[in-house]
Amino acid sequence: MNHRTAGERLFDIGNNAFMLVLMFVCLYPFWYVLAASFSDPAWIAETRGMIWLPHGLSLESYKAVFNNPIIMTGYLNTLFVVAVGTFVNVLMTALGAYVLSRSHFMMRNPIMFLIVFTMFFNGGLIPNYMVVNGLGLVDNLWALILPVAMNAFNLIIMRTAFQSVPVSLEESARLDGANDFTILFRIVLPLSMPVVAVMILFYGVAHWNSWFNALIYMRDRGHYPLQLILREILISNSTDSMTANSGGNKLQVALTIKYATIIVATGPILILYPYLQKFFVKGVMIGAIKE
Amino acid sequence: MPPPLNAKPLPVQAAIPLQPLPSSVKSAQKRGFRFRLVRDFRVNRYLYLMILPVVLYYAIFHYAPMYGVQIAFKNYSPGTGMLDSPWVGFQYFREFFNGFYFGRLIRNTLLLSAYDLIFQFTAPILLAFLLNELRNAAFKRVVQTVAYLPYFISLVVVVGLMVDFLARDGLINDVLATFGVERHAYLSEAGWFRTLFVSSGIWQNVGWGTIIYLAAIAGIDPSLYEAAKVDGAGRWKQNLHITLPGIGSTIIILFILQIGSLMSINSDKILLMYNTATYSTADVIGTYVYRKGILEASFSYSAAIGLFNSVINFILLIVANSVSKRVSETKLW
Repeated sequence: MNHRTAGERLFDIGNNAFMLVLMFVCLYPFWYVLAASFSDPAWIAETRGMIWLPHGLSLESYKAVFNNPIIMTGYLNTLFVVAVGTFVNVLMTALGAYVLSRSHFMMRNPIMFLIVFTMFFNGGLIPNYMVVNGLGLVDNLWALILPVAMNAFNLIIMRTAFQSVPVSLEESARLDGANDFTILFRIVLPLSMPVVAVMILFYGVAHWNSWFNALIYMRDRGHYPLQLILREILISNSTDSMTANSGGNKLQVALTIKYATIIVATGPILILYPYLQKFFVKGVMIGAIKE
Repeated sequence: MPPPLNAKPLPVQAAIPLQPLPSSVKSAQKRGFRFRLVRDFRVNRYLYLMILPVVLYYAIFHYAPMYGVQIAFKNYSPGTGMLDSPWVGFQYFREFFNGFYFGRLIRNTLLLSAYDLIFQFTAPILLAFLLNELRNAAFKRVVQTVAYLPYFISLVVVVGLMVDFLARDGLINDVLATFGVERHAYLSEAGWFRTLFVSSGIWQNVGWGTIIYLAAIAGIDPSLYEAAKVDGAGRWKQNLHITLPGIGSTIIILFILQIGSLMSINSDKILLMYNTATYSTADVIGTYVYRKGILEASFSYSAAIGLFNSVINFILLIVANSVSKRVSETKLW
C-alpha cells in the first residue's frame, strides 16, 4: 500500500473529495431544516439560499407545533402503534421463527413455503382493503397493527439466528421438564438478544414511518398517525389549522412551522440513530448470510 | 367387579398427559409406548399452539385476500357480497386493456422501473467499490454512518423536503438562480418527474444499499488479493478480476428480486410526489389502482388491474430466476 502510483494517489484524492460531498448532501437538508426551525420567522421569510446558522433564535414555531391538538393526537396515535405494533411484531416473529427452526416439526417446510410465497405474490390493494373492512377494522388503530403483524423477511432473519442457538442447551432444559414456551422465552430468546434488538428497531422504525395504510384505513382525523398529519402540513400545504392561534404574522410562522414539524417528527429517529445504526447493519448481515 | 371403583381413576389418568408436571412424567414412564406417543403429541402440540397465531395471520391477511381476488372476475357490489355477485369473466381486464390510460400506465410503470434498475440498482454497487477503496478506516466508518441516515427518514418527510426545496422560491432554485439558471416549479413539471423520483430514491437508499455488498466484499478470501499483487495487478485490476466476481452472486440475487418487482414500482412515494400536472409521466398502475379502488370504490375493476400486475410480477420473477439458473449457478430457489 506504500508504493502507490501517481494515478492511484489522484484517485484517492478524488474519492475522498467525493465522500465529503456525499456526506454534505446527506446531512445538509437536515441541518437546513434544524437551523430554519429555530430562526426568527420573519428572517426566514426574506432569506434566500443556503442557511448555515439559526438567526434571531426563536421558539415561536415550536410553540405553535406543541399547542396544536391535531399534531399531539397524531403523536399519541403513532406512539401507540409503534409500541403495541412492535410488541405484536416481535412476539409473532419469535413464535414463527422458533417453530420453523425446529427440525423435528413435521409441518415446518409446508408452512415455510406458504409464508415465503406471500413475499412474491399477493392479492393486491383492494382485496386487502376488503378483508380489513370486513373485520370491521376501518377507522380503528388496530388496522395499522394487525395487517402488518409480521414480515416474512424478518422471520427468515430471526429463524437464522435461532438456528445458531446450541441444541444441547435445549435438550438439557427439556430433560428438566421445560416445554417449548419455556425454551423459547427462557433460553432461545435471551440468547438471541442482538437479533431481538434488530427486530425491535426494524419494526419500530417501519411503524414510525408508515403512512399508506393509515391513508387507506383511517377516516377520522383524530385517528391519523403523525405521518398523515405531516403529509397535510408538508405536501398538501395546509398550515391554516395550525396558525389559527398564533396571532399576527401567520404567513411567516407558517413557513417555519413546517420546519419545526419535521424536526419534531424526525427528532426521535435522528437522536437515536447514531446508537441504532450498528444494530441495523447487523440485521442486514444476518439476513445476507441466509440469502 | 363394582364399576364405581374402576370408574373413578379414569378421569385422573386422562388428565395426566395434560399436566406438564415432572411427577406425572415419573408415574407414567412405566406405561411405555402409549405414553411416549401421547407425550410426543403433547410436545408437538406446543409447537402447533405456537404456530397457530402465525398461521392465522397469514390465512387472514395474505391468503384470504388471494381468495378475495375473485372479485376481479365478478361484478362485485358491497351490498350483494363477494360470493353472490355475478361472474363477468375477463370483462374488467378487457376494459382496462382497451381503456384510455392503459398505454400511459404501462409506459410510466416500465420506464420508472427501468430507470430504477439502471441507476438506483447500480449506484450502491459503485458506492460500495468506492467505500472499499477508502484507506482510512475511521473516515470510512463516518461516511457509512452518514450515508445510511436518509434511509431511516420517512417518505413523507423526504417528499416534504423536496416540495419545500424544489419550490419556485425554494432553496434549490435560489442556489441555481445565482448561477443564472431559470427558476422552475420542478414538482409541477411532468418532464422533471422521473429524474426527481429516481434521484431522490438514490439519495435515500444508496448508502443503505451498500451494506450487503460491503459484507460480500469482506467475505472475499484475502489471499486472492495477495496473489494478484504478486502478479502485478494494480487496484483497478484487483477490483475488476477479484472483487467484482466475488460479489457477483449477491448482485445476481438482488437483480432477480428487482426484476420480480419491475411492475410494482414504489407507488407510495409516487402518491406523495405526483399531482395532476405530472400525471402524464407519474401515474403508474399502483397509483391508478388506489384512485380507482379506494377513492372511486370501483372494487372489481381495480382488483382486476391489481391482479394483472401481481401475475406479471410473478412471471417476471420466475423467468429471471430460471434464466439466471441457466446462465450462472446463482438462483433464488
